[in-house]
Amino acid sequence: MPKDSSEYLIERYDNVYEVVIGLEVHAQVTSNSKLFSSSSTKFGAEPNTQVSLVDAAFPGMLPVINEYCVKQAIKTGIGLRAQINKRSVFDRKNYFYADLPQGYQISQFKYPIVGEGTVVLDMPNGQKEVGIERLHLEQDAGKSIHDMDPQNTLVDLNRSGVALMEIVSKPDLRTPDEVSAYIKKLRSIMRYLGTCDGNMQEGSLRADVNVSVRLKDSKELGTRCEIKNVNSIKFMQMAIDYEANRQVDLIEEGKSIDQETRLFDTKKNETRSMRSKEDAHDYRYFPDPDLLPLEVTDEFIEQLKADIPELPDDKKKRFIDEFKVSAYEATILVSDIETAKYFEEVVAKMGKNRDMKLAVNWITGELFAVLNNKNLEISESPISAKNLAKLINLIKNGTISGKIGKTIFELMLDGDKDPQVIVEEKGLKQESDPKALEALIDKIINDNREKAIEYKNGKEKLFGFFVGQAMKISGGKANPQLINEILKKKL
Amino acid sequence: MSDITSQSLTSIVKNIKEKKLSSEDVTKAFVERSEKSKELNSYISEDFSNAIDKAKKFDEKPNLDLKLPGIPMAVKDLFCTKDIRTTAGSKILENFVPTYESTVTQNIWNEGAILLGKLNCDEFAMGSSNETSFYGNVQNPIDKGLVPGGSSGGSAAAVSGQLTPITIGTDTGGSIRQPASFTGTVGLKPTYGSCSRYGIVAFASSLDQAGPMAQNVEDCALLQEVISSYDNKDSTSIDFKRDQYSKDLTKNIKGKKIGIPKEYRVEGMPKEIEELWQKGIAYAKDCGAEIVDISLPHTSYALPTYYIVAPAEASSNLARYDGVKYGFRAKGENLIDMYEKTRSEGFGAEVQRRIMIGTYVLSSGYYDAYYLKAQKVRKLIKNDFDEVYKKIDAILTPSTPSSAFKIGEKKDDPVSMYLNDIFTVPVNLAGLPAISIPAGHDASGYPLGLQIIGKAFKEQEILNLAYAMEDKINFKNKISDWWIK
Repeated sequence: MPKDSSEYLIERYDNVYEVVIGLEVHAQVTSNSKLFSSSSTKFGAEPNTQVSLVDAAFPGMLPVINEYCVKQAIKTGIGLRAQINKRSVFDRKNYFYADLPQGYQISQFKYPIVGEGTVVLDMPNGQKEVGIERLHLEQDAGKSIHDMDPQNTLVDLNRSGVALMEIVSKPDLRTPDEVSAYIKKLRSIMRYLGTCDGNMQEGSLRADVNVSVRLKDSKELGTRCEIKNVNSIKFMQMAIDYEANRQVDLIEEGKSIDQETRLFDTKKNETRSMRSKEDAHDYRYFPDPDLLPLEVTDEFIEQLKADIPELPDDKKKRFIDEFKVSAYEATILVSDIETAKYFEEVVAKMGKNRDMKLAVNWITGELFAVLNNKNLEISESPISAKNLAKLINLIKNGTISGKIGKTIFELMLDGDKDPQVIVEEKGLKQESDPKALEALIDKIINDNREKAIEYKNGKEKLFGFFVGQAMKISGGKANPQLINEILKKKL
Repeated sequence: MSDITSQSLTSIVKNIKEKKLSSEDVTKAFVERSEKSKELNSYISEDFSNAIDKAKKFDEKPNLDLKLPGIPMAVKDLFCTKDIRTTAGSKILENFVPTYESTVTQNIWNEGAILLGKLNCDEFAMGSSNETSFYGNVQNPIDKGLVPGGSSGGSAAAVSGQLTPITIGTDTGGSIRQPASFTGTVGLKPTYGSCSRYGIVAFASSLDQAGPMAQNVEDCALLQEVISSYDNKDSTSIDFKRDQYSKDLTKNIKGKKIGIPKEYRVEGMPKEIEELWQKGIAYAKDCGAEIVDISLPHTSYALPTYYIVAPAEASSNLARYDGVKYGFRAKGENLIDMYEKTRSEGFGAEVQRRIMIGTYVLSSGYYDAYYLKAQKVRKLIKNDFDEVYKKIDAILTPSTPSSAFKIGEKKDDPVSMYLNDIFTVPVNLAGLPAISIPAGHDASGYPLGLQIIGKAFKEQEILNLAYAMEDKINFKNKISDWWIK
């Protein structure tokens, strides 16, 4: 990959190719029950324990729409600044597979619940808008397990009928980094809204990646290949990189690209043909006669709009305006709703004499490092926002130095201890009494007469030595600013 | 015994309520007659001893406030019945025992009725003669070797042959009305959305509707009152104010406007059907109704439209029978091979034919020309009815273009078989209620039916018209009990 992540171009001899990427993201709707049945959607249950007669497609069973899932889809549409369609239609997508009990998936084909929208990405070189083509509701299939029994394929229907939102982007993405930013932004928006937990390990968020290449500055789209069901950002990026290079090689060899569906082999790090266009399923979509068209009123949509929390873009703007943090810092702070919450709580607890710079640095520096190390979410932070704010205030008002702050921070990790208490217990309060410090410095100069003379004769480097001595003798508690001032005066 | 089984439902209910008969008396009488009627092949599954036990239990603590107190009843084998095998007339569900009950049958048991058994029908309700059933054809009690019609052929034969006082069928394109017409019984197809489809093995979801089949209009009204309910388990169920059909039944139809659609006078229609229709018009006038000539211009497109829409939905509805989860499974080399063998062996020829037609009309490249066009025509057909209903209250037509035919006569000629539904399918396409009442006999003494089509949700209206005309027609079914040795 080229170093400058704002540009992702593939060069072969004199030809420079641009990569065009579009994503179909499958996001599992956060809901207690499935899209058309009352079965639980909880992850990790014993196989086939969350399956209703509807999910297993028993004779005479009928789907009944889960209103909550509809609300979730509309909320997501609002979050994507998209057109909400007051009338949408559920269709049947017909195909046979062992983990598809009905022999069809109920989806929305012609008339999706959400139309065109926009997602804004914060890239290092500025903002980038990515168009949303549509969002529709559909059922998930069950799971076929091929490796548990030597003779048979086993089927688990727990996931069968779980509500998914398929979010289709326009082919607006150009680099693997943009893809990463796009997925993270979608995930962030949905987590703000509480409509999808975005958990990629549990399969709550996966994507089909459409990749094509074209000569740079060309306006026409190349023939695309669809890479199915990629379930991590890293794999998406690797798959795109492999696939784009594969396509460029084909073109350079004078061959054409077949429109086909491909799979990404994570072990070999390559994409493989799954089925060609000719072999593509004829899904025989038609409106599901068991379900009436889904109609929602303006009031229904307005009520949901009123429920929408402040979303990342707005929050970022407010953080910049209100807290005077930089755009870069704001982006980091709002990317996850829990981080934003934590930050705002720290800010609130810091009170009037707050120091934003310190707050941002402590959260994105020390705290993030600890969370990373311990593999924790910020919602599970071992240090509460209240106590972190206290620590920052202790530094801000000169009670302790930044260095001592770090020591205290380490001690706070054990049981979210109050930093004030630690300061008192351990006697870590900063020495800021000028008289005491003067006495300390007099003693140091006395003990190091020769060095003091050398300094006076121009060996300025020795200034650091005296500061170091002062800190060492005081056990780090001496106020460094005062030490500096007094030393300068005395030497 | 025969004096019990020959009674109408209304009369049996009255006798039970007045304690002149016990549920056990009645149940035993119908079980006994059913036992003697094996040759009709009306039943796919019998539950006779359980039925008698339940009847005894009912008699121990009879709740006489119920609408069907201790009444034994066999039902079409398309309704899922808890713990009782439900086959839909197909091999593919030969061993299928539901763990749940359809809403319609649950409504019936809630009013005190007792299940006698499951009645034969065309496989997945696809047929007009009951000859597509995996469990063999059904004999029409009217005459040996005669089809009872279909798909609710077992139901019609059971009511006509007095093996059950009353029953329920399902009607997708005429499957209640045509067999009612062929067996000299009364059959009502309610408005789409009146009876819940929950727990009914689906054929064509946008057309399927359960309904009562009875010896007379009064019985039919009583059962309709029981089975019709709003059900939130069926998204197409409609929440409208349901009448007390039997209580509100009246023969006073004075001034009602009845339309006679000229398009139903089809080419090659037997003279006796035309005569029956004229007789029906005369009876209606006799009852004080006003006759109005009307036009339903898109009628001739109804049958081809139906034979696109119904198979399209069926091809998808029947995809779930794949051998994976329940029902018949053939051994296969791999998944695809297992599918192919299961479905080839599990489905009969007519079902396979309709799955293929349905798959074809939904295929990419053909969808617009067939399925989409059919949906547009369906709308036009519905508009035809909406238009005439601005001026009239109901429509009178023959139920079928002929009387019952011989077993095997049309089996290999699907088109001629499909033509049987010519007067009934427009009603399903428009989602309207319609009733077939016996109105006369052909030269062979086989019954002929008249159909009264109503406005949506106006079941009471057509029941009243049928009730009044039934009185004038004074039809007597000619049942010789030929099958009882």
